[in-house]
Amino acid sequence: MYELAVIGGGPAGLAAAFSAYQNGLKKIVIVERDRELGGILNQCIHNGFGLHRFKEELSGPEYAHRYIEMLNDTSVEVKLDTMVIEITPDKKIYTTNPSGYEMIEAESIVLAMGCRERTRGAISIPGTRPSGVFTAGAAQRYLNMEGLMAGSRVVILGSGDIGLIMARRMTLEGAKVLACVELMPYSGGLNRNIVQCLHDYNIPLYLSHTVTEIRGTKRLEGITVAKVDENRRPIPGTEMNFECDTLLLSVGLIPENELTRAAGIDMDARTNGSRVYENMETSIGGVFACGNAVHVHDLVDYVSDESARAGAAAAEYVKGVRHKSDCALFENGYAVTYTVPQKLHKDTKAEKIDLFFRVNKVFGKSRIIVSSGDKEIAGFKRQFMVPGEMQHIILPVDKLREFDSIKISAEGEEK
Amino acid sequence: MTELTCIVCPVGCRLKVDEENGYAVKGNTCKRGEVYGKNELQNPTRVLTTTVAIEGGTHGRCPVRTNGAIPKSKIFEAMDVLKKLRLTAPVRCGEVVLKNILGTGIDVIATRDM
Repeated sequence: MYELAVIGGGPAGLAAAFSAYQNGLKKIVIVERDRELGGILNQCIHNGFGLHRFKEELSGPEYAHRYIEMLNDTSVEVKLDTMVIEITPDKKIYTTNPSGYEMIEAESIVLAMGCRERTRGAISIPGTRPSGVFTAGAAQRYLNMEGLMAGSRVVILGSGDIGLIMARRMTLEGAKVLACVELMPYSGGLNRNIVQCLHDYNIPLYLSHTVTEIRGTKRLEGITVAKVDENRRPIPGTEMNFECDTLLLSVGLIPENELTRAAGIDMDARTNGSRVYENMETSIGGVFACGNAVHVHDLVDYVSDESARAGAAAAEYVKGVRHKSDCALFENGYAVTYTVPQKLHKDTKAEKIDLFFRVNKVFGKSRIIVSSGDKEIAGFKRQFMVPGEMQHIILPVDKLREFDSIKISAEGEEK
Repeated sequence: MTELTCIVCPVGCRLKVDEENGYAVKGNTCKRGEVYGKNELQNPTRVLTTTVAIEGGTHGRCPVRTNGAIPKSKIFEAMDVLKKLRLTAPVRCGEVVLKNILGTGIDVIATRDM
């Protein structure tokens, strides 16, 4: 019997396990389906990780390495090549690995399965079905870990960070990246990545455009790109043709929660992750969730922070701390897509809580308003807010306890 | 006056750099942003991250990076140098795999154990 089982050995799982160990747990196991720890960080060879967590600019593998080294000096066990098949509400974990089927029992569980990419099927692009259409992350793994180039003339659909990073990466490796095409009128990635991945290499970014046709029999031969109207419908007469052998899709990430749903845990339809309290506890006591399995983050540093909270809370749970059911709910107000956490245990001992959310509009000078009914509880000024950048506010719990429902909204100059 | 998006960190501050006034930087929220703004218009530099071939490792490629920024104009030349490099496992995270790339004074380091 373990005190804690962590499902997934990526950045979330590593930070949760380390934090639980620091908070006094000794019998911890990380279950990882890949043959090594580190998760997606292993293929994110670019820099920009760790500025917040380590005050240094590291590459993805280096960031993972820091945590793996930290865990090496602990009693945390790691099961690699091990796939979790099912988790039950009474915390039995059914797994399979090359040596067979195994059931693991734990007093607490942290769900840290991360997310996966949306594919062509999810966005229904018309046309033929040639090879050469990849998700950006698949192409990234082929290139950075296997040394295989996906193609030589490339168009990228979607301006999420992975797509932008791959535009630069493929260019450095000798491919011609013809364009990055984004359906929305704004980019889904960080501004710094627009600058250092597209502008640096003169790669055009077409906002409010999409791919309307894929051509080719065996291999991709070309695509059509058209401008879209305010309802995101292609505008006839605006078509542009690109001759290319590769189309990379960077069209969003989906938290990976088959295990979570099968266990009967409450889900949030906005995030596609579980609904969590401020300590990252799910609707099943003693089962916590963190990282991209809860909501898709921009920065691994925030994944680590959030996961450390989940690990610490799991340690408290194992030591017997239980919360009363009295809670406050966070609601999405104007221009707010979701919040994490969605719930607050009113009896939490925490003095402050971290609240993350995304806006669904582009704002210039603006304010974040935390309110209940007509009462404004707190306000935060922002110079700008964009959907691609997750917002983070810190709220004092004392000011929140008297409310059952707390609304997060945005207001200001809309662009 | 030139407007730039700072790429030093994910905050991405909007900078205004005044070329006619000693490259004075406005709009930055940290010291590193000021340094970036001044450099970007005079001698832009970037950290290069890529992979190099490795024999006997868990994967066929080992991730590497320059352990400091090199001139932006030398990025493709540096890629050509690194394409020819062959490593043999084991290498350690942080180990120098190529000293002083293109005479820049900057070393190339492995970014994982392999």
